[in-house]
Amino acid sequence: MKKTVIVGATSTIAASLAREFAARGYPLLLAGRRRAQLDILADDLTVRGADQAAVLELDANDPDAPQRLLAEADARLGGVDICVIAHGTLSDQAACEQSVDKTLAEIQTNMLSQVALCTVLANHLEAQGSGHIVVLSSVAGDRGRQSNYVYGSAKAGMTAFTSGLRQRLHKSGVAVMTVKPGFVDSAMTAHIENKGALWAQPDAVAKSIMRGMNRGAPVVYTPWFWWGIMQIIKNIPERVFRRIRL
Amino acid sequence: MSTSPARIAGSAWGRWPRYRHQIERVHARTADPALTAASTWLPWGNGRSYGDSCQNDGGGLLDTRGLDHFIRFDDQTGVLECEPGVTLADIITLCLPRGWFLPVTPGTSFVTVGGAIANDVHGKNHHRAGSFNDHVDGFELWRSDGSRRWCSPQENSDWFAATAGGLGLTGLITRARLRLRRVPGPALAGQSRRFGDLAEFFALSATGDRAYEYTVAWLDCVGRRRGRGIYMAANHAQADCAAPSGRPLSMPITPPVSLVNPLSLAAFNRLYYHRPSAEQRDAVWHYRPFFYPLDSIYNWNRMYGPRGFFQYQCVVPMDGARDALDALLARISRARGGSFLAVLKVFGDRPAPGLLSFPRPGATLALDFPNTGAAVLALLDALDDIVREAGGAVYPAKDARMPGAAFRQYFPAWQAFSDYIDPRFSSSFWRRVMDTET
Repeated sequence: MKKTVIVGATSTIAASLAREFAARGYPLLLAGRRRAQLDILADDLTVRGADQAAVLELDANDPDAPQRLLAEADARLGGVDICVIAHGTLSDQAACEQSVDKTLAEIQTNMLSQVALCTVLANHLEAQGSGHIVVLSSVAGDRGRQSNYVYGSAKAGMTAFTSGLRQRLHKSGVAVMTVKPGFVDSAMTAHIENKGALWAQPDAVAKSIMRGMNRGAPVVYTPWFWWGIMQIIKNIPERVFRRIRL
Repeated sequence: MSTSPARIAGSAWGRWPRYRHQIERVHARTADPALTAASTWLPWGNGRSYGDSCQNDGGGLLDTRGLDHFIRFDDQTGVLECEPGVTLADIITLCLPRGWFLPVTPGTSFVTVGGAIANDVHGKNHHRAGSFNDHVDGFELWRSDGSRRWCSPQENSDWFAATAGGLGLTGLITRARLRLRRVPGPALAGQSRRFGDLAEFFALSATGDRAYEYTVAWLDCVGRRRGRGIYMAANHAQADCAAPSGRPLSMPITPPVSLVNPLSLAAFNRLYYHRPSAEQRDAVWHYRPFFYPLDSIYNWNRMYGPRGFFQYQCVVPMDGARDALDALLARISRARGGSFLAVLKVFGDRPAPGLLSFPRPGATLALDFPNTGAAVLALLDALDDIVREAGGAVYPAKDARMPGAAFRQYFPAWQAFSDYIDPRFSSSFWRRVMDTET
């Protein structure tokens, strides 16, 4: 019965993961911007077996978001054992290239707001001496590519940040897991045509995240074959890489 | 609601015809779908209708897979409220451990609740339980004029009757309330019996259908022995039965030609008929192989090759059913087409809940045929002649080719139904069968 907090709970992967938690009876706090969707999800998770499903309307970009989240978790669940940080936007790369504001806003949402949440939660769990922080990064963070390097650099930041945090918290008994989904058929990617064999369904991704948490994995590529794909992409010599379209 | 237009193929299970559509995902049941651009729209669940009743060539599909939330479940009364994109498999996963099961289920658990309502699906217990909508307490129907109404057999009952079996044409179902049934567990107990011909089948069915809630027969319709088969009957039971082990198989690719042909069919039928477990007086099944034998092979529809296949399910009145079935089997045999999956069942007498419901008193036969082009289309037209002569009907959910005149004879309520169609909703199927030239 782990007390579980999910930020960005209505995102497709997070909602699927929340169903895994609900089936195990965990009490849940669902945080996100869209109140109506949070309420729909909360009812669903209650039916599926969640001990309780509380909701918190929260914009992760607000400066007081981490404190509000912790306070609400204390009030509603009596603490935090698992925190999943899953909010984000898939940046419009072309628009970002023409606008500093848009680029920085993407970095704010996809990296800085997650850094803020991780920092506050890490200190809380470190003091508590237990807990599990799960952060949704992306395979896009493994190497910047011209097609989405704004989003990719934010995720690269989160991959490095969570790597350091994992080392730091290891001795306190707090686990930090970096999740790197590949292509997932979700609301974020609904506009993309011709989803081929590399695309995964969110419930399969959620199950693999759950398995990773159970075995205490530091980094999970999901689906697993993305590990291989990214090894290849990371190892293409820069001389070649800069000439190809990816 | 956030929607994102995309042009992709909205698939149907028979893989023919295959149209491209504008797709709008519906994400929240409380928000109004934005019906932009495309002239007409059609709700789309999981693409398990076989032909063009779940397609809308030149128009759009409202993808309801995101509407997959449960709303409430009372495990004392078995009343479940959920969104239309919830699949029957989702319901079983949630409710069976708490002692509840679907009151009616078709032969795959991968259909959505919305699809089950819109096609008024039936199952092996039709003679006892009727069809899916006999167990629907009600649903909310959204119309393109922005209106929402709760439809039930008591409230807006005309809308309920039009939407139950209404092929998605009356509007978008945003939530539904179902009454589940109590079961002691995942097991079914009953028997499996060989029969040598149709006369024996009807004799078995006459007694077996009284003793058993679920009855169905597999039929050999190839060659001289056509008409023989295996009759299976079962009830929910308290029994030990292991869930099928192993991972589901998958048909990962589409073979260049259909794997179903006269040779493979004859061999399969002989093996299937003579396998020892075909004759069992006290059989115990886990519900999955009993109800959903093909759900364990993902994408089994690919085995028919790139041209896809046709399903053909008809019902003929009991009076004259023997002769009509004999004539159908003789005609299929003459065409040397054969059918891999031939399923025979006697429907009950309960009046159907929907204006366009398919189930009606009589014997129903379901067949499928590889798409061999003109040859199979000619065969299916010939089968239609026999069904029309017998005063029967063909199932729209499995159809991709019935002539409009045949549809209008099979479903005389089509005119009354037309008044309830949403002006912004349409389907390829509907335009085809409303074409008065056919």
